[in-house]
Amino acid sequence: MNSSFRILIKSPKFMFGACMLLAMIGLILIYPLFNRNDPLEMIALAYQPPDSKLLLGSDNFGRDLFLELIYGIRTSLQVGLIAGVFATVIGLVIGLASGYIGGMIDNLLTAITNIFIVIPSFVILILISVSIDSRSSFVTAVIIGITSWPWTARAVRAQTSSLRNRDHVNIAKISGYSTPRIILSEILPYIASYVVMAFVLQTASGILSEASISMLGLGPYNTISLGIIMNWALVFEAPVAGAWWAFIPAAISIAIITFSLYMMNTGMDEIFNPKIRS
Amino acid sequence: MKQNDVLIRGEHLTKVFGYGKQKTTAVEDVSFAFHEGEIISIVGESGSGKTTLAKMIMGLLKESSGSIEYMGKPRQLKRHGDRKRYWKNIQAIFQDPFSSFNLFYKVEKLLLDCIKLQGVNLTKEEQLRKMKEACSFVNLKFEELHNKYPFELSGGQMQRLMIARIFMLHPKLLIADEPTSMVDACSRSTILDMLLKLRDENNMTIIFITHDVGLAYYVSDTLYIMEQGKVVERGPAEEVILNPQHPYTQQLISDVPKIHSEWDLA
Ligand SMILES: Nc1ncnc2c1ncn2[C@@H]1O[C@H](COP(=O)(O)OP(=O)(O)O)[C@@H](O)[C@H]1O
Ligand SMILES: [Mg+2]
Repeated sequence: MNSSFRILIKSPKFMFGACMLLAMIGLILIYPLFNRNDPLEMIALAYQPPDSKLLLGSDNFGRDLFLELIYGIRTSLQVGLIAGVFATVIGLVIGLASGYIGGMIDNLLTAITNIFIVIPSFVILILISVSIDSRSSFVTAVIIGITSWPWTARAVRAQTSSLRNRDHVNIAKISGYSTPRIILSEILPYIASYVVMAFVLQTASGILSEASISMLGLGPYNTISLGIIMNWALVFEAPVAGAWWAFIPAAISIAIITFSLYMMNTGMDEIFNPKIRS
Repeated sequence: MKQNDVLIRGEHLTKVFGYGKQKTTAVEDVSFAFHEGEIISIVGESGSGKTTLAKMIMGLLKESSGSIEYMGKPRQLKRHGDRKRYWKNIQAIFQDPFSSFNLFYKVEKLLLDCIKLQGVNLTKEEQLRKMKEACSFVNLKFEELHNKYPFELSGGQMQRLMIARIFMLHPKLLIADEPTSMVDACSRSTILDMLLKLRDENNMTIIFITHDVGLAYYVSDTLYIMEQGKVVERGPAEEVILNPQHPYTQQLISDVPKIHSEWDLA
């Protein structure tokens, strides 16, 4: 694991993505220390253009958009990470069970996975979001997570069922290992790099999903996320007012975050996949 | 040799993979009786079901039908404890040494696991002594190897480590699935000699799986010839080689040059 990390640092793509992401995280952690204002406080007139005091102008309520953006990025990243963790853990457990146990359980779990794949997850996402009244950003993240595990499950299943027949697994069995121990020591290390890559992608798509449902007004309440900023801009007709600063920075932030995650993923893919194949 | 007790007996073993159109019968109605201290060779071309039969004997694959008796009693493998007890006495060397190693662990762990499987409490020094002894049995230096990862070893070193593992476990029955397929001709005879030495020291029963009738004749007491999942001929090695009855056996033997002349194994 340590050596994989050392190789990763040498990948320009991975490092580019990671640095961009870290810079973003640094900004959202440090800026609120200097600007202790409440992002929801109204401090100016509506749709003031950017100037030296309001870096990104104000929104329709006269709130500081730069401060809102900082908090929005924070929420969006949190939602993406939580969704990524849920999707990866569920996908991993189902994929491992299905691939390692095989037989009837495999057939059943594969059927369930396929059902989730063919039903558009965005539709489920909207339906669940509509039917739940009190949505915190955590609840939204969990909903996104439990609608996006099937691809991870399917890939983990495929890799596990081919690993299960390898002779080092047989050696572990005849050396008296228990099943949980075999999964932990003989299967997981081989798929770990893949799972990390899937987690990065799930996080990126979690951020996009949150932005999409928030744009539709189905996002979390009582918080600011990048999707919610865009939703406000849409509802209060910022484009008509010519207030580009109310939605372009949020859109660009989403693009930068997902792009940096995709870059990290591509970098990892180039490094790990030849190793897995050989 | 044959007067010894039967160690393991299989009755009408069949293994079917898949169903519908993809159904393959890998092993079909195979019966056998292997005795203590006997060396048996299972010979057949690739795809004839040798590995599948070996995995059924190991209890790594469930037989589709038929039964296996171990030391005169039906084999019990339901619980983890049962299996662990079975594998204390029945061990294997698998066909591909490269895939027999977990790439994420050092070589040392393979040997430490053997000590753990035996369930004896040893001090650090005793463990070290045992592992060194096993390595020197297969002409390897423990000091040079223990800190290495499997991908730093050659195929021959891997294969010999697998034999060292057997040396530490001294099982009653060893199944060696083409143990010389990945090594050059020179290491081949060394590996065979090590296996024969194990038998002589521990009265081990060895099931030697190969596609090479020549090798089989060289090492074994009894031959089983397999073709497309079925045992087509079985008997004492001399008899089968010098007087083959089944056309498939005759063909296997005629494909080997100089079968009746001196063996040149080097
Ligand atoms: N896990 C499996 N699933 C499906 N078919 C298998 C499996 N293992 C082996 N087979 C099939 O069983 C037959 C015998 O294979 P095997 O026992 O490996 O032969 P050998 O060891 O003699 O080369 C082959 O046709 C092979 O394709
Ligand atoms: Mg084979």
